[in-house]
Amino acid sequence: MFAWGVNCRNIRQHNMKVSVNLARGLFNALKTAPPALARSHFTYYPTTATSDKGDLQKMNMFQAINQAMDIALDEDPSALLFGEDVGFGGVFRCSMNLRDKYGKQRVFNTPLCEQGIAGFAIGVANAGATAIAEIQFADYIFPAFDQIVNEAAKYRYRSGGMYDCGSLTIRAPCGAVGHGALYHSQSPEAYFAHTPGLKVVIPRGPIKAKGLLLACIKDPNPCIVFEPKTLYRAAVEQVPTGVYTSELGKADILREGNDVTLIGWGTQVHVLLEVADLAKKELNVDCEVIDLVSILPWDRDTVCNSASKTGRVVVAHEAPYTQGFGSELAAYIQEKCFLRLEAPVKRVTGWDTPFPHVFEPFYLPDKHRCLAAVKDIVNY
Amino acid sequence: MLRTLSRVSELPIVVKQLQKNAAQAGVSKTNNYATEATVQVNRPFKLHRLDEGPETTVKLTKDEALKYYTQMQTIRRIETAAGNLYKEKIIRGFCHLYSGQEACAVGMKAAMRDVDNIISAYRVHGWTYLMGVPPAGVLCELTGVQGGCARGKGGSMHMYAPNFFGGNGIVGAQVPLGTGVALACKYKGNGGMCLALYGDGAANQGQVFEAYNMAYLWKLPVIFVCENNNYGMGTSAERASCNTDYYTRGDALPGIWVDGMDVLAVRSATEFAIDYVNKNGPLIMETNTYRYSGHSMSDPGTSYRTREEIQEVRQKRDPITSFKEMCIELGLINADEIKAIDLKVRKEVDEATAVAKSDSELAPSHLWTDVYSNNLETKIRGTIAYDIDHVSERKGVNH
Repeated sequence: MFAWGVNCRNIRQHNMKVSVNLARGLFNALKTAPPALARSHFTYYPTTATSDKGDLQKMNMFQAINQAMDIALDEDPSALLFGEDVGFGGVFRCSMNLRDKYGKQRVFNTPLCEQGIAGFAIGVANAGATAIAEIQFADYIFPAFDQIVNEAAKYRYRSGGMYDCGSLTIRAPCGAVGHGALYHSQSPEAYFAHTPGLKVVIPRGPIKAKGLLLACIKDPNPCIVFEPKTLYRAAVEQVPTGVYTSELGKADILREGNDVTLIGWGTQVHVLLEVADLAKKELNVDCEVIDLVSILPWDRDTVCNSASKTGRVVVAHEAPYTQGFGSELAAYIQEKCFLRLEAPVKRVTGWDTPFPHVFEPFYLPDKHRCLAAVKDIVNY
Repeated sequence: MLRTLSRVSELPIVVKQLQKNAAQAGVSKTNNYATEATVQVNRPFKLHRLDEGPETTVKLTKDEALKYYTQMQTIRRIETAAGNLYKEKIIRGFCHLYSGQEACAVGMKAAMRDVDNIISAYRVHGWTYLMGVPPAGVLCELTGVQGGCARGKGGSMHMYAPNFFGGNGIVGAQVPLGTGVALACKYKGNGGMCLALYGDGAANQGQVFEAYNMAYLWKLPVIFVCENNNYGMGTSAERASCNTDYYTRGDALPGIWVDGMDVLAVRSATEFAIDYVNKNGPLIMETNTYRYSGHSMSDPGTSYRTREEIQEVRQKRDPITSFKEMCIELGLINADEIKAIDLKVRKEVDEATAVAKSDSELAPSHLWTDVYSNNLETKIRGTIAYDIDHVSERKGVNH
């Protein structure tokens, strides 16, 4: 009956010894929940491809990613694809059939050694070949953190431009999935956003995933694509079958509005699109929804233009509050748009706790918390 | 292969050569009086940089036999229950089963003393039970309810008990941790040591080698245990490791290869290793074993190996069946006792399963407990619309 799966038993069966505020929030959330809900905390809003992109095909996100890698391997004979279980298609099926098509010299499994995978990929890229490396879960990327931050990001700078690993792309599934608990749910984008020399992007669906991945593979800088794992199957769109890229560093305005700017990325974009609907319906507030798409570099112009127009900005992300990427947005917006702001920039985020096991629905910046933030910022 | 067995009882000692498969062994069962037997381990140990290895002839008492059988059977049933709960979608997310590997944990536990410690990785449901958590505590943790040993806050892989520093969700991360626990043992001088367990997949993580090196330099009482079940997720050991003799991979560190399907061999090797590491410093022990299930519940486990291979191990090398048959032949346990244990285990795990299904989650307020011991900021950040104090509830068992 509820979107929250097993946790609802708790709500029904037990008196919660929680603060009055929280209890009220939860029960309001239950009251406003529509009767038929999917298990996930968001409703998917598909993107429509522009008509100039050629043939379209219905695909989910893992299929779109598969096609992007297929194109990259086909176009570029130097391209290699590897990671844990990648030869079999990967745990999320993104590399299905690619080993059969391109051979095990180009598409292969690695041992379980993230630091080694990243270092190896950097070496491949340094030598001028194209490396597409998969880290099986973004939560597992931390053994590779040193290689990515200290080696990949700084190679060009420290060699005075003599060497670089620009043909490196790392893919890693990130974000909440409903039951991933501590080590299969995290969103580590902010850690990498602190590192000059890298590019970091997060797609919101199949069309974007394919375009961004191809752009990253072609971009002459080391790139990381964090793919929200809950979208691999849940996100289905009509995806152009040909070659195209999505511009790195460019945000998308998905809905225009004059009252409040809502900024998110990945799965959170879909939460915010629903919040925009709810805000219109319940508060008669027109929200502008921006998918930031690119975390590093991020699209300052689009964000600041919107902030200057609406004067009210809510940023939402799954990662915790403190030093989440929302902090950078809030700081920059107040610096550049101070006189145009009607209210302080608000952040709705995961809590400053580890990503919880059974309490995921409370932790996530869901539509109820985002809508409450819209209400607050309008009434500031 | 032959296994030499001898029966010790009030009756004169009888020594017989038996077929490995006890069922075919032609030993006439004359009585149930045997209280102790001498057993030859099934497959010889292999040694690396060691002049002497573990005892290959070991004693087994009736009480021990009953205990090991009960423990292995309980682990098997817990795992079966966990698999079913996962299929019923009551366990969500991640669930890694230990079925087939029971003799490793039970054998090691049999050799451990009260001062000894253990840390492991993904497949820890059985270990959690062996280290004192009842089956309900394991299954409740998997279903995320408050009767779980981490009160439902950890879930699969994150189970703990005194002297058991947990499972770990990050491949290989527990190995240096276990080395640190061994340092603490040495520093305290309490005579304890630490078993640091990892799989053949994790054996290729860099930090495993960093741990070897530190442990050897400082002569730490740590046994690095590579539970080699032949597959790191979906990749076979040969495809992932340049050297699949995991017991030799510590370079200067000595190593022992053990048949991980033979509980008595594992016990004997662990006894030897405990003594060795306390006197000389670290050692690697490879237990050669097999997992019947896939890597996790989302892996059917048949795309990278054949069903025949799994069937063959089940039929010929199953750690529980082979141990049971041997005990029956030795007259240490009779068929009625086996039946009674099976019934008791089944009942206990069934009851635990019922609890795991019906118990409730902790109240949502526990989302913000135990993040820090004493938060400098009293309020949890990021909790828009709520005003939540940080709460520290539990004091660790290590204090």
